Amino acid sequence: MDIKVNVRESEGDAYVVDLTGEIDVYTSPKVKDAITELIDKEHYNLVINLEKVRYIDSTGLGVLIGGLKRVREHGGSVNLVCTNPQIKKIFDITGLVKIFGIFDDEQSAMKALA
Amino acid sequence: MNPAPAASTSHGVVRLEIPAVAEWVAVARLAVAAVASRQRFSVDEIEDVKLAVAEACTNAIQHGTPDGSISIVCEVSDEGLVLTVRDRGQGPPLGAVEEERIGEGGRTEELGVFLIRALMDCVEYTSDVRDGTQLVMTKRVSG
Repeated sequence: MDIKVNVRESEGDAYVVDLTGEIDVYTSPKVKDAITELIDKEHYNLVINLEKVRYIDSTGLGVLIGGLKRVREHGGSVNLVCTNPQIKKIFDITGLVKIFGIFDDEQSAMKALA
Repeated sequence: MNPAPAASTSHGVVRLEIPAVAEWVAVARLAVAAVASRQRFSVDEIEDVKLAVAEACTNAIQHGTPDGSISIVCEVSDEGLVLTVRDRGQGPPLGAVEEERIGEGGRTEELGVFLIRALMDCVEYTSDVRDGTQLVMTKRVSG
């Protein structure tokens, strides 16, 4: 079990973080490192693509929340791309749908950053 | 929250012990998913059980366990699955967590507790210095 992290520059100042695999207490530090590195380089508008994520637990949610809090301090935002019903359910029951923008595709998530 | 199910016919007990190390949590959740898949749980319900046991193991790891191991017992019955996750450490008080606090960016352990309580039908928690921490979680078969 692993997580693959791919970071790429997108339109304007925005960056996309593509995640593939499972995000749990073992793999979430790798996700946190990628997000932290982007923020440290003053990239505050992020789309995190969870389309290929099969599983996420509270440590993964914590990493996403931590990233969102940091970018918001600089007027930025984190939007998520998520179509997996089980993962959407986790965001629903924790109430995190209220603080993240969650979109069905990357184009919509990017558009909402603008 | 509903009470634990009344006595029901047990169809087997599966015991697993893992090192209290992050990389082993995946083994626990996959093993428990395999046990759950032998019952009439839906795919969504199996995912709920996987996440709940992983959160319980993560709690044990984050709060430390003196002998470095976590015990997981899966009891299969007609009515569902009872999972007991036990470690020798002193876990956090698993009180109710308000959704508003999570929205403000509550701590990860609070998120984990919230998820366990939301996904399982019954959760019983005990913790003391002598016996360590024990979390008993029940998932009932709905179909």
